[in-house]
Amino acid sequence: MEDAPLLSIQQIGKTFSNGTVALRGMTMDIKQGSFVSLLGPSGCGKSTVLKIIAGLGNLTTGRVDWPTSTVDRLGRPDCEISFVFQEPTLMQWATVFENVWLPLRLKGISREDAKERVEEALDMVGLHDFAASYPRELSGGMKMRVSIARALITRPKLLLMDEPFAALDEITRFKLNNDLLDLWEKFNWTVIFVTHSVFESAYLSSRIVVMAARPGRVVEDIDVAAPYPRDDAFRTSTAYNGYCREASSALHSAMDTGDHL
Amino acid sequence: MAEAAIEEVEIDEVEMRKAQALKREKIGRWLLPLIVIVLTIFAWDRFCVWNEIPHYIIPRPGQVLEALINDRVILIGSLGTTLVITFSALAIAIVGGVGLAVLFAQSKWIEMTFFPYAVVLQVTPIIAIAPLIFIYVDSKFAGLLICAWIVAFFPILSNTTLGLNSADHNLRDMMKLYGASRWQTLRYLRLPAALPYFLGGLKIAGGLSLIGAIVAEFVAGSSGFGSGLAFRILEASYRLKMPRMFAAILLISIAGVLIFMFMSFLSWFFLHKWHESAIKREI
Repeated sequence: MEDAPLLSIQQIGKTFSNGTVALRGMTMDIKQGSFVSLLGPSGCGKSTVLKIIAGLGNLTTGRVDWPTSTVDRLGRPDCEISFVFQEPTLMQWATVFENVWLPLRLKGISREDAKERVEEALDMVGLHDFAASYPRELSGGMKMRVSIARALITRPKLLLMDEPFAALDEITRFKLNNDLLDLWEKFNWTVIFVTHSVFESAYLSSRIVVMAARPGRVVEDIDVAAPYPRDDAFRTSTAYNGYCREASSALHSAMDTGDHL
Repeated sequence: MAEAAIEEVEIDEVEMRKAQALKREKIGRWLLPLIVIVLTIFAWDRFCVWNEIPHYIIPRPGQVLEALINDRVILIGSLGTTLVITFSALAIAIVGGVGLAVLFAQSKWIEMTFFPYAVVLQVTPIIAIAPLIFIYVDSKFAGLLICAWIVAFFPILSNTTLGLNSADHNLRDMMKLYGASRWQTLRYLRLPAALPYFLGGLKIAGGLSLIGAIVAEFVAGSSGFGSGLAFRILEASYRLKMPRMFAAILLISIAGVLIFMFMSFLSWFFLHKWHESAIKREI
């Protein structure tokens, strides 16, 4: 089972009741420990794929298999999955500590028992001194860090990220990109990262899956062989430019083949 | 930044003017209404004196104050009665309003089924329903309570329902992802999200429960349970005791204002740390 993928998406399709085909016949394996970007124009079903993997939406056709995990009656795997949304999605009324504590709190772990892990998670995203702050007191980048800390606290095996940095300024985004890569290497997560930025996907991922819209489907699967750790020097390297060009042209052809745009 | 703190900090003129304007505004907020009320009382007094208006038509302010002091035992007692009804009704309105809202939030079907009836109850004037209630309900206290409750519970119900339904959808998804139970979602997400809406409803309901109590007293008359301020107003009008009538009205207004201020304080107390409405803007 060494090489079995963490999850295997088999011919999944999703059609909404109004007839919109969000996804059609999408098949893909996600290897354990890989960093996969789903890249595509808006409306190509990237976010729908994430929601389906997270068990937040049902399928019209196909199935999602978890070869290395035990699956419950509803088809949910026993491995920890965390989700990071495009917005920080914090509880405004709760402190940073309480926001990060939430996933553990839902499992019945008390504030005292969770304290160490919450502080550890806040340390990892560099927010140790802000445990008592309220979300409104933080900048956009810091809020996103809290959101990431909350995703880390359950020690997830699979991290699903839905355009998490799209709303941030470039400087903050680059910084968070690097921090995310550091954490990913350290904890050996599997990350599925939805983005509409060619550059972000080329910088972060070990694999870029380019999707087309109407119906949502995979049009190109690019292996990004550049070694990790990657740093800002990688952003200006020839190899990086090559991947960007490849992803970009795949994206353009994806947009040309859409039924109507 | 540290250097700037030690050096003489220069503040530009616009900022300076802004600060001064803010200070003036702070004083004006209290002073202006105060001046108006003093002038109004003075004008009222002069109006009565110059036109030789008898006290059984319009009493002079001094006479109202006199009535307030001389009849204090009766008036305070009646105020107590009215306030007991007001606060009991408000308490039931909170329990009933929030309870129903939580029930509505559990299922769209329940909300769809029962919400129209809440609206019907709200839009039918209480003064029209009250006589019926006093025919069917033997206890006058219970009758008064029901009337005040009908008036007060709707803003709490409708606001809390809106609040419970306005919890962030992504957060709801997250709760689901982490396997939160219905109760956990309610407690950690939907109830806190509804708090600002609930407090907004409470501010309206506080005043309405006083209005409901007074209106119900008018309909109920004096039999049975103690006599509230509305009864004192009726009684004083029959006997042409205008100063006492004015004094009773004054007490009702003051009670209403105090209730509103208390609700505003509650709202500030629960929201000032995190909610936009209670946060001072810095720029």
